[in-house]
Amino acid sequence: MKRRDFIQLSGMGLGAVMGSTIPVLGNMVPVEHLLEPGADIVTKKRFADIALNATKSRGATYTDVRIGRYLQQFIFTRETKVQNIANAESYGVGIRVIANGTWGFAATSDVTPEGIAKCAETAVAIAKANAKIQKEPVILAPQKGVGEVVWKTPIVKNAFEVPIKEKIDLLMNVNGEAMKNGAGFVTSNLFFVNEQKYFASSDGSYIDQDVHRIWPTFTVTAVDKAAGKFKTRDAISSPMGMGYEYLDGLTSEKISAPNGLIGYRNSYDMVEDAIMASKQAQQKLTAKSVPAGKYDLVLDPNHLGLTIHESVGHPTELDRVLGYEANYAGTSFATLDKWKTKTFNYGSKQVNIVADKTQPHTLGTVGYDDEGVPCKEWDLIKDGILVNYQATRDQVNILGENASHGCCYADNWNSVQFQRMPNVSLKPGKDKLSVFDMIKGVEKGIYIIGRGSYSIDQQRYNFQFGGQLFYEIKNGELVGMLDDVAYQSNTQEFWNSCVQICDKDDYRTFGSFFDGKGQPSQVSAVSHGSATTRFNGVNVINTGRKI
Amino acid sequence: MNKILTKEEAKKIIDKVLAFSKADEMSVALSGGRTGNIRYARNSVSTSGESYDQSLAVTAVFGKRSGTATINEFDDASLEKTVRRAEEIARLAPENPEYMPMLGPQTYIEAPTFAESTANIDPDYRAKAAFDSIDPCSKKGLTAAGYMEDSAGYTAIGNSKGLFGYNKSTSVDFSITVRTADGLGSGYAIRDFNDVSKLSTKQATEIAIQKALASSAAKALEPGKYTVILEPAASIDLLQNMMRSMDARNADEGRSFLSKKGGGTRLGEKLFDERVNIYSDPSNIEIPISGFGGGGGGRMGGGGSDGRPQEKISWIENGVVKNVYYSRFWADKKGVKGVPPPSGFIMAGGTESLADLIKGTEKGILVTRMWYIRAVDPQTLLYTGLTRDGTFYIEKGQIKFPVKNFRFNESPIIMLNNLEAMGVPTRIGGCLVPPLKIRDFTFSSLSDAV
Repeated sequence: MKRRDFIQLSGMGLGAVMGSTIPVLGNMVPVEHLLEPGADIVTKKRFADIALNATKSRGATYTDVRIGRYLQQFIFTRETKVQNIANAESYGVGIRVIANGTWGFAATSDVTPEGIAKCAETAVAIAKANAKIQKEPVILAPQKGVGEVVWKTPIVKNAFEVPIKEKIDLLMNVNGEAMKNGAGFVTSNLFFVNEQKYFASSDGSYIDQDVHRIWPTFTVTAVDKAAGKFKTRDAISSPMGMGYEYLDGLTSEKISAPNGLIGYRNSYDMVEDAIMASKQAQQKLTAKSVPAGKYDLVLDPNHLGLTIHESVGHPTELDRVLGYEANYAGTSFATLDKWKTKTFNYGSKQVNIVADKTQPHTLGTVGYDDEGVPCKEWDLIKDGILVNYQATRDQVNILGENASHGCCYADNWNSVQFQRMPNVSLKPGKDKLSVFDMIKGVEKGIYIIGRGSYSIDQQRYNFQFGGQLFYEIKNGELVGMLDDVAYQSNTQEFWNSCVQICDKDDYRTFGSFFDGKGQPSQVSAVSHGSATTRFNGVNVINTGRKI
Repeated sequence: MNKILTKEEAKKIIDKVLAFSKADEMSVALSGGRTGNIRYARNSVSTSGESYDQSLAVTAVFGKRSGTATINEFDDASLEKTVRRAEEIARLAPENPEYMPMLGPQTYIEAPTFAESTANIDPDYRAKAAFDSIDPCSKKGLTAAGYMEDSAGYTAIGNSKGLFGYNKSTSVDFSITVRTADGLGSGYAIRDFNDVSKLSTKQATEIAIQKALASSAAKALEPGKYTVILEPAASIDLLQNMMRSMDARNADEGRSFLSKKGGGTRLGEKLFDERVNIYSDPSNIEIPISGFGGGGGGRMGGGGSDGRPQEKISWIENGVVKNVYYSRFWADKKGVKGVPPPSGFIMAGGTESLADLIKGTEKGILVTRMWYIRAVDPQTLLYTGLTRDGTFYIEKGQIKFPVKNFRFNESPIIMLNNLEAMGVPTRIGGCLVPPLKIRDFTFSSLSDAV
């Protein structure tokens, strides 16, 4: 059974993240325990070799071993109260083998020579049992061993070393400022993750990685009891592959936008955003309800990231295309026959979308994936044409390639690794263009900021997105806030309506910290970069109702 | 270490933990068991596994400071270490002004949540269950993708004020998607039980096969307002989302669909068609749950955490909001008894079968399932999502042809006001829900997805 406790969150805005629960993996431990070093690299190599030898002697033709220590610190507050502090550690080993041409996987928390040997034996036995009903043997793309290497997220300040008091003081300040500026309610949270992963394979790789991620977020609620209305505004932070330095709020990382709005690049001012959120949540209470119709949309990177995630990220996952997710998340409209034509217009010529696990400060960036493949960048959509997918070692042969894309990930030592989304980002425009200039050119449009409601079908054709903030654009100017806005489109139609992309100075990343996939479900974290982008003539509906 | 502990064994461990306590108050939650799964796609098994685990969580409290530590080893030294850790965390924790003193002894209803048949599932059983589902599909040139997950375990809770509860339970969840070779047809079925002897993966797959074959080459209908028949798998998410939104505090704070213009709540108001009756009953044998909420077949995530007993309670009666649920803190602040959130619910239905509902429909759309449901407006409980895996046009009491999937934008509050008819409730996601015939259901656009 997965050691997966669930913390019930009372924060309303976070309901959109993963139902109403946040997954916490492992045992709850005192905070100092998170700073203990864990097993040393010599011991981990010795343990890994025990597994590699044990599986080989039982007939495995390939083996990888992941000795993982997964640390989490999650802090939840509302108004003046700390609701929960979860410090969790999960430690164990997962062993994956190919025997008789078939995968087998087993995992154990008994990280001893005996425990590992037994686990290795089980993994081979499972592979051999499954081989009997296997139709096609696994074809693994070659991967030269990389020897003994080390990789670490280039953090400045390890978030786990920052005292809890400092974190609570920050959140109390965030909440206090939100309330002072008129919010009725506020919840704020900090999420910190550190994956200490040791990977070894029968290819001759021994890879030690120390991966850090951070996500500060909040939801501010404004209530008008007389009118019987309430509105929320979520943080426009992004989860990042960074340390606590993300919370420094550096002026140099702020991007000015119309109406005094501020975008955050690689440094976030949580208090400043909470103050803005408080004022904006109140403005939303009296915002004009949108007349339904066609509008030109100007989408901020903190909003567009989720649209990229859902309408490009998921449909270009090769396992979905092949049907492995058919019973759960679904399949994909971006089929192999469309890709083979080399002319499938996913989007307009402006649309260049890259996959990578190398961009600094992003959630997807690591040195090597969870099957020991060095990370890289590659094109998914080039000049509007679908050119590639996201694949793992046992999938790339289907694309006629002989090297994996490095898209394998497991959310814990006891989860089997499978294809997960790398960072998927829209390249900024080549011509100089600011968001101010872009808005000047729009006659009838809506400027949308922040992650809102999102829904897309099981083959990723039809989608509907909301947002946090909507501003009406009339004749090149923002004229006021709108409410009840959601846009609906078809993926191919939408990306073909892309007419303008701001330049690299406006480029920022958005992130998804708990992206779910698979049965049993696993989470992963992924970033999506873009600059503000314009889409013409998109269908906007009015979501206002009376009950 | 991998066995299901008996009530006596669990109590012994909990008592031992409590004896180590130096805290003002201490509570213990103990659970363990086995879970297994098998997943298949493209007519082949893709992953399968089985694992055992156990966990003990200790919460220590000093004044209004509390701390929790967990461990999965139950020897004396580990137990004591975990108690000390919890106490250490508690001493350093900030005060929680909303802390409520722990409850004393409670009486919990004992429901038949455990079935030997499910506890006896082994890898061979899972492989056979998968084969029974894959084989008829591959014989017909169809593609099966399915997942079965089973569990057998126990949960025990106890505290330093003498509260003790124990429950052992089993569960099995099965879902199957069958697609036609040309990718133009897709069908689905889902089942969940405590007792696996009630599950036939073959029969469930047969329904998915029929839907896949019948849904091929769907026609496009204009989006708009339609009379729909929602199978339980289509309505369950909307209903569960509504039930999860019935928190008293949010309603009192003005941020719920139950908040009233001018202040106060809509408790006691008739918000739904008068035939709508939704209640919880922990002793219902179709959806038995643990008497203290957690650890049973309950999928709503309710109860369990604070030791309050699950009781038979009416949430919506003849269309009127009868009860909302309370945290212990909010109940105390408001001076009410305050019921905990439910682990599952029952929506009372009618006597007609799904086939009868179809027969009685002049024009309408049969919806097998809904997908990617997300909140659009928490104020009105407006949700969006799409139909999936079997959507059909009904005319003069008969299914005429498959139709392309729709996106909907609808609120369960509006939906349950537009009620036309209800069929016999069946189990879905740990709840009992009837097939619902609803008029004026809002489909806002078409989807090309199959």
